[in-house]
Amino acid sequence: MSEKPEGQRTASPDPLFLIAFFRESAAIARVELTKLLRDPTELFTRAVQPVLWIVIFGQVFSRVRGIPTGSVSYLSFMTPGILAQSVLFSAIFFGIAVIWERDLGIIHKLLVSPAHRNALVFGKAVSSGFRGFVQVVIIYVLALAMGISLRWQPEDVLGVLFSVALGSAIFSTFSLIVACIVKTRERFMGIGQLLTMPLFFASNAIYPLSLMPPWLRWLAMLNPLTYLVDSLRGLMIAGGHSVHGFGVDFGVMGIVFIVFLVIAGRLYPTLVQ
Amino acid sequence: MNEPTVVTAVPRAIQTNNLTRRFGTFTAVDAIDLSVDSGGIFGLLGPNGAGKTTTIKMLTTILKPTSGTAVIAGFDVAATPAQVRRTIGYVPQMLSADGALTAEENLVLSARLYGMKKRDWKERVSEALGFMSLSDVARKLVKTYSGGMIRRLELAQAMLHRPSVLFLDEPTIGLDPVARRMVWERLLAMKEKYGMTILITTHDMEEADRLCGGIAIMHHGRVAATGTPENLKASVGPGAGLHDVFVHYSGGSIEEGGNYRDVRKTRRTAHRLS
Repeated sequence: MSEKPEGQRTASPDPLFLIAFFRESAAIARVELTKLLRDPTELFTRAVQPVLWIVIFGQVFSRVRGIPTGSVSYLSFMTPGILAQSVLFSAIFFGIAVIWERDLGIIHKLLVSPAHRNALVFGKAVSSGFRGFVQVVIIYVLALAMGISLRWQPEDVLGVLFSVALGSAIFSTFSLIVACIVKTRERFMGIGQLLTMPLFFASNAIYPLSLMPPWLRWLAMLNPLTYLVDSLRGLMIAGGHSVHGFGVDFGVMGIVFIVFLVIAGRLYPTLVQ
Repeated sequence: MNEPTVVTAVPRAIQTNNLTRRFGTFTAVDAIDLSVDSGGIFGLLGPNGAGKTTTIKMLTTILKPTSGTAVIAGFDVAATPAQVRRTIGYVPQMLSADGALTAEENLVLSARLYGMKKRDWKERVSEALGFMSLSDVARKLVKTYSGGMIRRLELAQAMLHRPSVLFLDEPTIGLDPVARRMVWERLLAMKEKYGMTILITTHDMEEADRLCGGIAIMHHGRVAATGTPENLKASVGPGAGLHDVFVHYSGGSIEEGGNYRDVRKTRRTAHRLS
């Protein structure tokens, strides 16, 4: 240190960037999970909505028989849609917690640490992925109770978990972006409410794309939820299949997530300015 | 042996040159030149809204300067923010410890984000807890702590990676006199033990008098005066206190400053900590 000449020091590139990135993300994900396990009430209240959708809406619409669902029953058709919906609804309000942390000052502390900004965001996204697993358990139990036949091959179950984790990560990162833009809880709640229903209805969650008028089908094709539902339909339900193919589903979701991650990493520091 | 011909020198802890930050047409920090030597506690004094927090945000890389430069321990905040972050510690005015975690979990999170090795941080976490008299409550949730305990935890968190410059924004705001004295005492002990440079912002003259070897008085985004407390007091007249110094250089009482937003922010922080 004493050998340093006077004047400004320069930055040295970090060859262990990826290791540091994942270590930092893991540290963030870990505290989020600790907090979640300490107070899991939120997860149980999230179970109410899927029950209503499957038990009431699903039962009634099963009798309509006007929705072309191929070889599977309407109830089986909509079950992956409701899983995707509960993932969406729980992830989309993720930004509230971030605004809370900002109002306190926790984010100031994180942003002054040398941790990579994208790693801070990625850690949050990973923790949200784990939250999604709880939705999976809830929906599977519900589906069993309703007599829907599920796929139990390990690769299918793992596929469902991966798909749900990716979907949660996408919508929680999207929520983080919204939080960085609106910055206050009041505005965020309004926008969150405004976003959920259009995202849900402009997707293939409870009816196939083929039923939609062309303009709506276009919108649905731009909606990441559509690809989450499609992959789940192919992985979760006995006799179900993916319309777009898993390559397209996971490809689209992967790209959307990376784009959101980079945007959120850029906006995150503006939360404290 | 080829000895470098340049004179070796420890870089100044903080050196700013025309450091300026504007928000739209409002100039929060107006071309300030600060020079803080290594070691010791330096105070940025001023009323609410004087530009202290904006200055600290620029020095800690959270906010980009509109113009001018700031160099921390040899690293430029705009050109090498990552290096600056590795070198500094920061305790914001607001509540930065996570209430839903224990003290230990808060510290371990910091250790991991600063890339410390597990062997190192195990030792340092327990040392930091001991140093701040928090060992007995290390596994209790922070939301059950008193304001003084939370502040001490935040100090523990900020010193864990042994920063060479520590920034504290209003370190004792909202604390009762006993908790406040304990924070002062720990800050002085930290400076002695680890030899770090500490920059605090405060609008509390007693705090500045007790802690600071050097001070800069900020008013309307400018530095109105700098020096040691003794010199500044002597420059105003015999028997003058720091409060008189402030009135002399800024033309108003320190209690008068700040608009509605500043006051609301300060009150909210005070409320959360008590």
